[in-house]
Amino acid sequence: MTDLAAFATELSAALPGAIRTHALSNGELTIDVEIGEIVRTMSFLRDDPHCEFKILVDICGVDWPKREKRFDVVYHLLSLTRNIRLRARVATGEDEAVPSVVAVYPAANWFEREAFDMYGIPFADHPDLRRILTDYGFSGYPLRKDFPLTGFVEVRYDDELKRVVYQPVQLVQEFRDFDFMSPWEGAPHIMPDGGKAASGNPGKKS
Amino acid sequence: MSLAEDKTAFVPEDSKITLNFGPQHPAAHGVLRLVLDLDGEIVTRVDPHIGLLHRGTEKLIEHKTYLQAVPYFDRLDYVAPMNQEHAFALAVEKLLGLEIPSRGQYIRVLYSELGRLLNHILNVTFQAMDVGALTPPLWGMESRETMLSFYERVSGSRMHAAYFRPGGVHQDMPAGLAEDIHAFCDPFLKVLDDIDSLLIENRIFKQRNVDIGVINRADAEMWGFSGVMLRSAGVAWDLRRAQPYECYNDFDFQIPIGRNGDCYDRYVMRMEEMRQSVKIMKQCIEKMPSGPVSSMDNKVVPPSRAQMKTSMEALIHHFKLYTEGYRVPEGEAYAAVEAPKGEFGVYLVSDGSNKPYRCKIRAPSFVHLQAMDYMNKGHMLADVSAVLGSLDIVFGEVDR
Repeated sequence: MTDLAAFATELSAALPGAIRTHALSNGELTIDVEIGEIVRTMSFLRDDPHCEFKILVDICGVDWPKREKRFDVVYHLLSLTRNIRLRARVATGEDEAVPSVVAVYPAANWFEREAFDMYGIPFADHPDLRRILTDYGFSGYPLRKDFPLTGFVEVRYDDELKRVVYQPVQLVQEFRDFDFMSPWEGAPHIMPDGGKAASGNPGKKS
Repeated sequence: MSLAEDKTAFVPEDSKITLNFGPQHPAAHGVLRLVLDLDGEIVTRVDPHIGLLHRGTEKLIEHKTYLQAVPYFDRLDYVAPMNQEHAFALAVEKLLGLEIPSRGQYIRVLYSELGRLLNHILNVTFQAMDVGALTPPLWGMESRETMLSFYERVSGSRMHAAYFRPGGVHQDMPAGLAEDIHAFCDPFLKVLDDIDSLLIENRIFKQRNVDIGVINRADAEMWGFSGVMLRSAGVAWDLRRAQPYECYNDFDFQIPIGRNGDCYDRYVMRMEEMRQSVKIMKQCIEKMPSGPVSSMDNKVVPPSRAQMKTSMEALIHHFKLYTEGYRVPEGEAYAAVEAPKGEFGVYLVSDGSNKPYRCKIRAPSFVHLQAMDYMNKGHMLADVSAVLGSLDIVFGEVDR
């Protein structure tokens, strides 16, 4: 295994202006890349003889609704010759297109379509940016944090129309989100004032 | 009215037609819809439409505690369920910094390799069925049932085991199970030889598979292949050897590498991988250490029933773990295992609460299916099912 910290410094020096920060945690290297530089960075990582990240393992979105730039697009790369993994991350806003890396890694095609389908992240210069996993004619972006778990529509077979129809979701019982976080030791994002809150319903997410 | 006058009739101008394959097709290995552009019988374009089995697994996991998320992994690649749980368990353990006792690791390896047998025996025999042979699946299914009974004896369920949990495995193996698995190993090698005797020199099988779906090293890397698909192109890469997890370093086994990168190579490699898996399983049972099967940290792993009857603290731990669950430190981790189909990875983002903030499942079939267009171009229509069979696709994990 290579010394990841030294490798990260090397990378930052080789790609001036592209890598904002790098971090090592759990034995994994993460680099934060400027959104406009992602294609150049990926080409470098694939072709440079010291990197040779020939395999694109995964691309996925992560939603952080409270952040100004709401989404992260996370790329996982693997180098077979150096036997290291690398995670690259790009932050993007709701209307900000991420340059597609399909030209560098053809395998990115479906991954970017999936991120578009699930989060609505647009990818610029993608050859075929269609929805991939959701139904034909689906609207909304299901993996966004503000999309309800139960969704908005459900399907059933209509005996009169002789076809499957969409209708608004009807729940016999409201979806119950059990949250057993103790009010006195809750995580900070649930208990913003450090658990001293006694507002209304203790132990329940507001 | 002649056909030419009928404006509603579809009359191709030349021999080009578009064919809809699936979503209900016996050779589609699940619910796959392929839109095939054909020129005569030659495939010019393949457009797979996936997502017919999409169940929103990743969204559901975000609303479940870490323990409640485990059973969703059985339902991804339902042909080899425990291998999926393994990747999730490793990712959670990475975030928690948890050490697994060696008996737990050995049981995990034993059942991961059993999962590989479950997967490969299904795949090679059904690949044979896709090209016209009916006997291999019948022979393979018989041993597969025996293997599933081993799943049932250890976890209580034939398929949806929920057995590999963060911290170790759920329970120790019942008495006599290890001996029964060991006794199963050698006769199973005989079954493999029988299947080989039907297929490996079979004229029809070779005509349908040799030089079909060829992929070379550069293209396999470009399309992000892993597992057997990557190795068939001559790349010596197996996570069990390259980035060893659990106790794979303790075992003596070989990784078969392909030479031609065609469907036939992949068949031969899967057969050989099964023989190697049997070898690992036998070593595993012979070397199996005694001791606990899961971490002793009761903040993550629930205490035993017996402890709960006598210890108040154990009772509290049990109650807390099955209601609130455990909290995982903030951070992110990616863990991958060499699942039978290729690299199965789980990318977890934790915000410090008791539920995953984001759980991305990286499924090997998803990546391999993407290359359908590339691999089928220029082949005959009948080869589509042969290529699909050798890609080893399960829709549970493609659609998630």
